[in-house]
Amino acid sequence: MKIVVCIKQVPDSWADKKLSPEDSTLDRASVDRVLNELDEYAVEAALQLTEAHGGDVTVLTMGPEDAAEALRRALSMGADAGIHLIDDGLSGTDAVGTSYALAQVLQSREFDLVIFGSESTDARMSVVPAMVAERLSLPQLTFAGKVEVDGGTVRIQRVTDYGYDEVEASTPALVSVVEKINEPRYPSFKGIMAAKKKPVEKLTLADAGIDASQVGLAQAWSAVDSFAARPPREKGTIVEDGGDGGAKIAEFLSTQKFI
Amino acid sequence: MANLLLSSRDVEFLLFEWLKVDSLTSRPRYSEHSREVFDAVLALSEQIAVEEFAPHNRMSDVQEPTFDGERVHIIPEVEKALTAFANSGLIGAGMDASVGGEQLPHVISRACFTWFAAANSATSAYPMLSMGNANLLTRYGTPEQIDRFVRPVVEGRFFGTMCLSEPDVGSSLADVTTRAVPRDDGSFRVFGSKMWISAGDHEMGENIVHLVLARAVGSPPGAKGLSLFIVPRFLVNDDGSLGERNDVVLGGLNHKMGYRGTVNTLLNFGEGKHTPGGEAGAVGYLVGEQNRGLDYMFHMMNEARIAVGASAVALGYSGYLHALDYARTRPQGRLAWAKDPSSPQVPIVRHADVRRMLLASKSYVEGGLALILYTAKLLDEQATAETPEHADRVGLLLDVLTPIAKGWPSQWCLRANDHAIQVHGGYGYTREYPVEQMYRDNRLNPIHEGTDGIQGLDLLGRKVVVRNGEGLRVLVEAITAATANAPESLSEYANTLNEAIMRVARVTALLWKDGDARTALANSQAYADAVGHIVVAWLWLEQMTASEGKTGAFYDGKRLAGRYFFTHELPRTGPMLDLLESGDTLLVDLDDECL
Repeated sequence: MKIVVCIKQVPDSWADKKLSPEDSTLDRASVDRVLNELDEYAVEAALQLTEAHGGDVTVLTMGPEDAAEALRRALSMGADAGIHLIDDGLSGTDAVGTSYALAQVLQSREFDLVIFGSESTDARMSVVPAMVAERLSLPQLTFAGKVEVDGGTVRIQRVTDYGYDEVEASTPALVSVVEKINEPRYPSFKGIMAAKKKPVEKLTLADAGIDASQVGLAQAWSAVDSFAARPPREKGTIVEDGGDGGAKIAEFLSTQKFI
Repeated sequence: MANLLLSSRDVEFLLFEWLKVDSLTSRPRYSEHSREVFDAVLALSEQIAVEEFAPHNRMSDVQEPTFDGERVHIIPEVEKALTAFANSGLIGAGMDASVGGEQLPHVISRACFTWFAAANSATSAYPMLSMGNANLLTRYGTPEQIDRFVRPVVEGRFFGTMCLSEPDVGSSLADVTTRAVPRDDGSFRVFGSKMWISAGDHEMGENIVHLVLARAVGSPPGAKGLSLFIVPRFLVNDDGSLGERNDVVLGGLNHKMGYRGTVNTLLNFGEGKHTPGGEAGAVGYLVGEQNRGLDYMFHMMNEARIAVGASAVALGYSGYLHALDYARTRPQGRLAWAKDPSSPQVPIVRHADVRRMLLASKSYVEGGLALILYTAKLLDEQATAETPEHADRVGLLLDVLTPIAKGWPSQWCLRANDHAIQVHGGYGYTREYPVEQMYRDNRLNPIHEGTDGIQGLDLLGRKVVVRNGEGLRVLVEAITAATANAPESLSEYANTLNEAIMRVARVTALLWKDGDARTALANSQAYADAVGHIVVAWLWLEQMTASEGKTGAFYDGKRLAGRYFFTHELPRTGPMLDLLESGDTLLVDLDDECL
């Protein structure tokens, strides 16, 4: 079984994030960067499937030089190879452009499954997996809390507000996973050492056959016109209890739409 | 990864901007590694420490191990964390490839492990002991012993302990009474009780490998009659499978002030509850040569003492970060010169006395971490020195710094925990805030692995005078090299430091002029305090030198703390050296009836 896991390097979710005044995109240089947390679940799901059925896992990322750290993290968890789509022309690409670029890379590859984390912690749009599936005409099995493969069939439990739906498709297919699916393993020291020797293919736009006019900040379908720093936290509301404290709190919660 | 355990920025600065640890990769032993690997393993350690060790730190303090008469019960989070630690391969990270290790430089291993000690000192004690045990056996055990008792530790299946003290024998190991009786097959049967044995009995892992100091029948009294024995909880068959239960029995648990999550035990060997091979007596296997047990233990002592100092630093560091975080967010009162009572309160970090405690703590914990990492790097320098002469010089410096690396953080990083409580005020004295546990945990470190008093005796009585004072000479050389290398902007500090270390040299010569240990060692603790502060001042000078010309809050913080150490802390050494110079013998002359 051949699996490609699409991963993304994101700012540490604990960090204070800022937009760059130059181009209104996320200032990645000023914060620690990590492998997107949900992508760790995707890598773990892929590793568990190949451990059960054999095969190999390739991790694919798109991003600047530093994104190689995210690839190394996935490789040290146990993935077999990496693909790094890196080109200045990709800077500022939106979800639509990202799905196009990833699809261009994937279409020339052989795979049974493409697995994504269901969202990234920086953009939180959850649309790229579906867009990639659509571009590649693959069945999309999204928000998987469990995934199984049986021959040429992939079956998931699609997590919903009311429980889950069982969804299946024939391979090749695209799956996105939620954090319920597993507990990602930590890299091991041996994994870290082995990762150094695993192949990482670097691709430019031209290498991947990507039309430069469909990616990059200028081609984004949405733009940030202006932004401002989050205002400082306001002083809390003090409710004096003159015998009607409960009612006042209920009214406050109601105006804040908590109840 | 945001946390209040250590500063990853500081760790990075110390390892790579100051100590230039990445240069070690040019040496054959470490040639498989790279900066990339070091960064990855440090990040991995931080992550596992934050996610697996820190979350149950308080729980394992509140729900300490219990003994139901048959078994020890430990909260399951401890084993889960230790399994994650073992699976990551960190147990064998610094060990030789020949035993399944990865030959990571000791200084990187030490930095990695400091994350775990900061996150949960009690849980991290289990692998710390196991790793020390395995390191000793790797060096002195037979290939068969290594296969049987080291590899399973590296794989995380077996745990290890060190069994030295007895109910009436603590610091004075020469008086050990546990005895070992030889058997025809070359094994021994061990009889006696061992006290204060951390991780001595539990149900985690498959087996526990005890290293027991005992006197073989017929051996002379005193330290020269002690031998070291491997005594496993379960015997291990030739194929590596577990055999009979050995005659090692838990006598009871000690309930401690801190480190409560580390089960601490009284172990009875050979009391006859179990009868391996049909007879009472704990089966033991001699390590190395008979009567050399204490030598073997002491060969490992450098590493163990640095590890204790590192734990003290880790707890102090985390206490400091907690205090800093609290001080920045806790509004209380107004500045002394603010007259308007309706003006908003200020965060307590604005008050000068709170700043005093925070800056003092910063200078202790960052200075302490520098001391630990510098000393740990000497182990690497010693192991990979190009000539025997260089290895010898490095070894001498390592020897002289080891009692300081153990004793100084045990005292001054504990002071940082004390300050952290004070910064929190009344809240710091409650169990709702973690700083009180950190203080209790850290209070152990001046006691175990040789009390601070013993470190003082070791420093003044042995380390600085070894080979006609060669030990002290290498220290003086190292410090004067640093002062010579300091930039012009730091010349005032460099001169102060030069004067201080030269005075130590004069005082040391004065103390030993008659060769009389009674008078020379009368104030050995004051000597250790003074030399410790001078050594840390040296390392602050080095840190300031490494920050020279660099801008930003981090480097400004280094300069600030270094300046504080020179102006507020180093002067403490003057009165200590005055006392030593005076030749006062009050402490040996006094009549203890009068106490």
